[in-house]
Amino acid sequence: MDFFNHIINGLGLGSIYALVALGYTMVYGIVKLINFAHGDIIMVGGYMVYLIMVKWGLPIWLAVPASIVICAFTGMLVERVAYRRLLVHNAARISLLITAMGVSIFLQNAFMLIFGTDPKLMPPLFQAEPFKLGSFELASTTVINIVVSVIMMIGLNLLVNKTKIGKAMIATSEDSSAAKLMGINTNRVISFTFAIGSALAAVAALLYCNTYPQIKPSMGNLLGLKAFVAAVFGGIGSIPGAMLGGYLLGVIESLTKAYVSTTLTDAVVFGILIIILLVKPAGILGKNRKEKV
Amino acid sequence: MLNVNGINVYYGAIHALKDVSFHVEEGEIVSLIGANGAGKTTTMHTISGLLSSKTGDITFMGQSISKLEPHRIVKLGLAQVPEGRRVFSNLTVQDNLEMGAYTRPMNDRREIERDLELVFKRFPRLHERRRQLAGTLSGGEQQMLAIGRALMSRPKMLLLDEPSMGLSPILVQEIFNCIQEVNKSGTTILLVEQNAKMALSISHRAYVMETGSIILEGAASELLDNDQVKKAYLGG
Repeated sequence: MDFFNHIINGLGLGSIYALVALGYTMVYGIVKLINFAHGDIIMVGGYMVYLIMVKWGLPIWLAVPASIVICAFTGMLVERVAYRRLLVHNAARISLLITAMGVSIFLQNAFMLIFGTDPKLMPPLFQAEPFKLGSFELASTTVINIVVSVIMMIGLNLLVNKTKIGKAMIATSEDSSAAKLMGINTNRVISFTFAIGSALAAVAALLYCNTYPQIKPSMGNLLGLKAFVAAVFGGIGSIPGAMLGGYLLGVIESLTKAYVSTTLTDAVVFGILIIILLVKPAGILGKNRKEKV
Repeated sequence: MLNVNGINVYYGAIHALKDVSFHVEEGEIVSLIGANGAGKTTTMHTISGLLSSKTGDITFMGQSISKLEPHRIVKLGLAQVPEGRRVFSNLTVQDNLEMGAYTRPMNDRREIERDLELVFKRFPRLHERRRQLAGTLSGGEQQMLAIGRALMSRPKMLLLDEPSMGLSPILVQEIFNCIQEVNKSGTTILLVEQNAKMALSISHRAYVMETGSIILEGAASELLDNDQVKKAYLGG
């Protein structure tokens, strides 16, 4: 039953990808921007936990919400400072994309200056016994990852589909001018979207640090890129797509590690991106949208 | 109620509106008629704040609105039913209507429910389909939804951009009856139409636009008899 174990481990890893992919897909859905600085929000989340728990010695129940709130504000700040003017003036997509890369470089270098370039060890965040299910034994981190990510997704679905601001997000992403004509302050909706996406990235950071207890300023690069692949895989702009893409990518990675080759996993992941872009550019759950003229 | 004073709007180097001035008084139905590309929709977008004018001023109930953001203008009581309906196809009919009431505070819930019932009474078909996604509605139903959605903000004045576009004659009649009813219940109306005959038949006054300027104005009944209007817009 090794196979079953690899699937579960893959879902544990995929939980992290899925949470990060949600941030990419929500921001893309609403402003059509691939926010390449999104991966670095995970890094910010990791360092905040490190700062609060290791440097200041404060307890975890304080570090977790503080890190989530700080990440949400960082996301809003990035949108306000770096993207808002470009969005309001309808700048070319390529300008937005380059700005996002600039923000990413800025965040990484800022944290390198403050905390140094060497990796930092994280204390175990949530200690738990391995989870036993009959003859199976599952790592506690895997179980925590899956449970937390599922709770987050249920919460996000309720937020988007049942609340006024969530419905305003759907309206704004479909037709922002019409949303404005309904009296929706679309700038505020966009800001809120960045906050939620970044808060989910902070949760992903917690799970990541709990699973791989080490942080460094560049940690968001590969993780962010893989989550981006997950979002494209599921269909960028689609919230269920990002979740599905994240879990699938985790499972594929885990199975590749087990049965193909450990060194080839990243090649397989990005190979998948290339195949999707060739075969089904809209992703598994993505809709082919017609460009309006 | 609405005063547009010499606005000039540009799309890049294109001068889309040239010194456009007109006014709408409380309780009126005023039409803006003209051919495709005359600047009617641009005028509507500028009033609602989606576009901004380089010079000139727009006032609504005595307050300048030309520098306000669109959502603030809606809050003042000026709502628009945009050209092409633009309903949110991924939201249900009921959610679309609730988006129309977005600017109203949460503690207004009971009044919002009441207005929802009024819209459903006006358009029973929307009530039947209130749990359906708006994208699945027919063109006529979507137009009803677009009007109902705009009414949910309880506007003092309603801007309607080409409400007859793409609808069958019977539906056009239905929509125009509805516009008249809304007007009778106290909402001032500014109507943009290519269907000039229909628009003039329900309006008090009208303005004729051509290539970004207003070239004629008068009582609707006068314009219906005007030779120039007849020739250009009423098919002889």
